[in-house]
Amino acid sequence: MANLKNIDKKTKAQEMGMHTEVLTGRTQQKFFNPDEAENFYYFGTYDVDFNKRTDLDVKDMTAADANKKIDSLMSEGYGTIVIKNPQGKHSLGVGILNKLNLIFEGSLGYFGMGSCDGPTVRINGRVGWSCAENLMAGKVVIEKNAGSCFGAAIRGGDLICKGSVGARTGIDMKGGTIIIGGDAGAFTGFMMQRGRIIILGDVGINLGDSMYDGTIFIGGEIGSYGSDAVDAELTKDDQNWLRRKLRVAEIGEKFDVSKMKKIVAGKKLWNYDNLEPTEKKGAI
Amino acid sequence: MCGIAGLIHRGKSSNVGSELQGMLQALKHRGEDSTGYALYGDTDGKNFIMRFKVGENVGEGSSSIVEDVSVYDERKKIVDQALAELGAKIVKEERTLPYSLRYEIAYDKKDLLEFSQRIESIPGVEILSMGKSLEVIKDLGNAKAVCDRYSLDKLVGTHAIGHARMATESGVDIKSAHPFWGYPFSDVSVVHNGQLTNYWNNRRALENKGMRFMSECDSELIAVYIAQKMREGASLEEGMRDSLSGLDGVFTYFVATKNSLGMAKDTMAAKPLVLYESDDLVAMGSEEIAIRSVLPQEIDTYDPFDGEVKVWQI
Repeated sequence: MANLKNIDKKTKAQEMGMHTEVLTGRTQQKFFNPDEAENFYYFGTYDVDFNKRTDLDVKDMTAADANKKIDSLMSEGYGTIVIKNPQGKHSLGVGILNKLNLIFEGSLGYFGMGSCDGPTVRINGRVGWSCAENLMAGKVVIEKNAGSCFGAAIRGGDLICKGSVGARTGIDMKGGTIIIGGDAGAFTGFMMQRGRIIILGDVGINLGDSMYDGTIFIGGEIGSYGSDAVDAELTKDDQNWLRRKLRVAEIGEKFDVSKMKKIVAGKKLWNYDNLEPTEKKGAI
Repeated sequence: MCGIAGLIHRGKSSNVGSELQGMLQALKHRGEDSTGYALYGDTDGKNFIMRFKVGENVGEGSSSIVEDVSVYDERKKIVDQALAELGAKIVKEERTLPYSLRYEIAYDKKDLLEFSQRIESIPGVEILSMGKSLEVIKDLGNAKAVCDRYSLDKLVGTHAIGHARMATESGVDIKSAHPFWGYPFSDVSVVHNGQLTNYWNNRRALENKGMRFMSECDSELIAVYIAQKMREGASLEEGMRDSLSGLDGVFTYFVATKNSLGMAKDTMAAKPLVLYESDDLVAMGSEEIAIRSVLPQEIDTYDPFDGEVKVWQI
């Protein structure tokens, strides 16, 4: 745990004149009080009933029209919506800031379920690039494979792919958990800043390249480590957490987590730990 | 951004012109400055098919200089004369548009280098493709516009690759459009999505070895690079694997020959590709919606990994 009081902000880079500004610790200010959470709400969210179910065939609809229709159905109280014939369309299911049980009977294209906060989603197919980008909370399960940039910049929630994923999974992620049942491509965890990635299969080259923080667990072979990524000890707590997470995700329940490799950031960036206390990072 | 698509039927022929049109039209949002098709049709294999242009499309959006149409006829006459001098006999002649021609040629030499150099020494003339099965058709506009203009929807064959182009580093013209012929090899074509950063270094080295470039489009380098590797004795797959280290930048590209279709993805995996593979059909494209245009039913697809090279035979 970083001791903020003892950290000297003036680094060698500053001494060399590369950085002249002095950090003020701006982001250490308290922006959010959990005691006041009930006073926060999203504009345009709805009370929905999970037992109220409907189907929506989007075969002849544009993504924009389909997303508007989903919003309209939620406003009518539908809490379970089954999307028929998505046929690889891009940008389906984006911007849902609501509790919702959403099921896709087919595959999605790019940016599926992007910028969502709260829904529980099952995709009985495959997804293209940037699935669930910026996910804040909720759960997205993909039954088949996924493209590159899977879970880019997510801040929370669980993102599960039962098949294999492309390159740059979890790029820039800031929280949440990504679980992959198969293999993952190059640059997995590239520039990740928080959260956890679990890969049960093999992973490509440059794993965890330029990662700031966060943890990556790998069950198979690693193509190569990226800059700043190093091995860490897999603790009993880690193993218990992995077992629970895999059980809840209904994926690899019998996987021997004790043989998994744990990868973390080996280098502290010159200002990263000054910006946010470690305790706060751990809470998300 | 650009989009690429390709498909290969294994053990049978199909209406590949119409199928590729559907795939490329589904990708038109990735660019519709120009669209190109490399179609491998069913032929008797006796004659060469030469697709060539004697001028540019100077329609709306073109970056080409307007020429008097009469120069096209003069260039065509010089081509006809050059073919006669080379001992090539024109069996069939089609002129779809004033600047675009298709010849079926009886020519018994296997080495097309001398042939190509002679024809392309005529100012304003470029061979778009040469082969016993391959036909490269490329022009300005989206996939449907080009398909309608050249009546490609009825073409039957085994495999095809195509490209929907958003012009970035070179002009909006036919010479910069994909696919590129793997000059001077019969029936070799290439489409590419991405950027190559060591274009000029490679180009200078290849030009010193006698290879020709017709445009300043970086994608042309892939066709020339692989053609040179094959000239040195490498197989198609070996040439493609070599390109992963020889070419710098981000790329996904397809190469097709008379009997095969291959894909390669750079080691950064920065450019998209979705792949469907079964015993009788392989279909791939920059986005899944391209594949959906020929396979609307639920299918299993995946993204090839970084540095992956695959080649399929018909």
